[in-house]
Amino acid sequence: MTTATLSQPTSHRVLRNIGFLALPLIVIVWSLADPTLGREVLEWIPYLASGFMMNIVIAVLAMLLGTLVGALFGILQLVPYRLVRLPVVAYVQLFRNAPHLVLIFATTYIFPFEIVVFGHYLPFPDWIKAVIGLAIPASAYVAEITRGAILSIPTTQWEAAKGLGFSRGQALRWIILPQCLRRSLPPWMNVAASITMGTALASLVGVHELLHAATDASTAVRRLDFTIIAYLVVMAAFFLLCYPISRLTRRLEARFNAA
Amino acid sequence: MTNPSADTAIVKLEDVHLSFGQTQVLKGIDLTINKGDAVSIIGPSGSGKSTILRCINALVQPQSGRITVDGTRVDQLTKESERIALRKRVGIVFQQYNLFPHLTVLDNIVLAPTRILGVDRREAEKLARELLEKVRLSEKADAYPGQLSGGQQQRVAIARALAMKPELVLFDEVTSALDPETVGEVLWVIRDLIRDGMTSILVTHEMRFAEEISDTVVFTENGRIVDHGSPEQIFHNSDNPRIRQFVGGLSGGRGAVRDGEGI
Repeated sequence: MTTATLSQPTSHRVLRNIGFLALPLIVIVWSLADPTLGREVLEWIPYLASGFMMNIVIAVLAMLLGTLVGALFGILQLVPYRLVRLPVVAYVQLFRNAPHLVLIFATTYIFPFEIVVFGHYLPFPDWIKAVIGLAIPASAYVAEITRGAILSIPTTQWEAAKGLGFSRGQALRWIILPQCLRRSLPPWMNVAASITMGTALASLVGVHELLHAATDASTAVRRLDFTIIAYLVVMAAFFLLCYPISRLTRRLEARFNAA
Repeated sequence: MTNPSADTAIVKLEDVHLSFGQTQVLKGIDLTINKGDAVSIIGPSGSGKSTILRCINALVQPQSGRITVDGTRVDQLTKESERIALRKRVGIVFQQYNLFPHLTVLDNIVLAPTRILGVDRREAEKLARELLEKVRLSEKADAYPGQLSGGQQQRVAIARALAMKPELVLFDEVTSALDPETVGEVLWVIRDLIRDGMTSILVTHEMRFAEEISDTVVFTENGRIVDHGSPEQIFHNSDNPRIRQFVGGLSGGRGAVRDGEGI
């Protein structure tokens, strides 16, 4: 399987690259074919790009937060103290099975629009609430990935570590978790791709991101062909971001299987 | 830390009883091992051989009896930190080698001394390279365990245990999982080690090897020590019919004798 992935015929690779660029190509060709449409597209691209930056920022921050919390929770799910373990297990199960949209709505309308820190009123913008709304399911997924990776390490590794005088924590830190890292990278990237696509949901609570921007643009221009092309741009942008992640995931999986 | 005792016993088990659930595994084990000795524990599978080793470095806790390792009452250790302190002094090598697959051979050996004992990295590496030379794997320092044969991995595992400078080493059926061709290279290493005076306790099915290197051979069956004595006595002059049958049955063939009873 590994060698097949590495030594695919060139025709496949060419096809894949064409496929990768198909959506942007359609947008470009169509814009060139109809100059009035092209001008509108060109005019709105910066606005759409600023929206897409927000998607990237939300995705990166949600994954960062989700990974930190999730890795910790994954470890805590396995501690022998029930008082620690049970709340964490409940958190993970609850939020792993909650729709992202519900969590984004919940964080948006539960958290206040500003917070008071030492008498200063600090705004609590909606996009940060969206980050939290997506970081919650991300942390639940990452916790499960971490837990699964730890459990997938043979117990003989723990035993070998114990025999050398490692404590449980030391064994986890130096022997178990490093081995988990490579095992959990592919599923982690699946979560990253899914969370990245989920950032479009933030448009529904009024965050200025790509989907929101595209809707703004199509309302302003009021041309059916522009509306179509605007949403094509949205899809192209997400595709260009998420497809490489899934490609990279498969490459990494293949490499880890080989090692 | 060490208790200067009158005799030279480094390991002493007295009336050790251990059961896993309803299964009685050890039914009163008495065993004394002197510093510098090589002791082989032989006997049929399921007779409790490996469990004896695991008691000695506190991987399992017996229900009753006394276990003393170099002045430490192992059976009375209650804190994990005390067991860890013991395990730093008692090396163990497993049947399945259990190397850390994400680390190179060198890092496998260096990890415990640097992270557990706090040895300087450069110093630990120097010792690791010496040990690799000792187990004749100097050229494999940068290889990963997955790239090595079973015999090579087992020799790395021995070097890894030695890197902690243990006072004694426990060998738990270390050749049972190996191809017949690679058994010899591992036995060579252990033989060298014993010649250098390392106190060693081996659970083994390699009867000829046990006969050659042991100061004492212990025969266990059904959780009891049936007999113990010099290799000569156990292998050739035992008046116990069970031992004669076991030894005779196993050493019938020529070459490296290995029984097929598995784990």
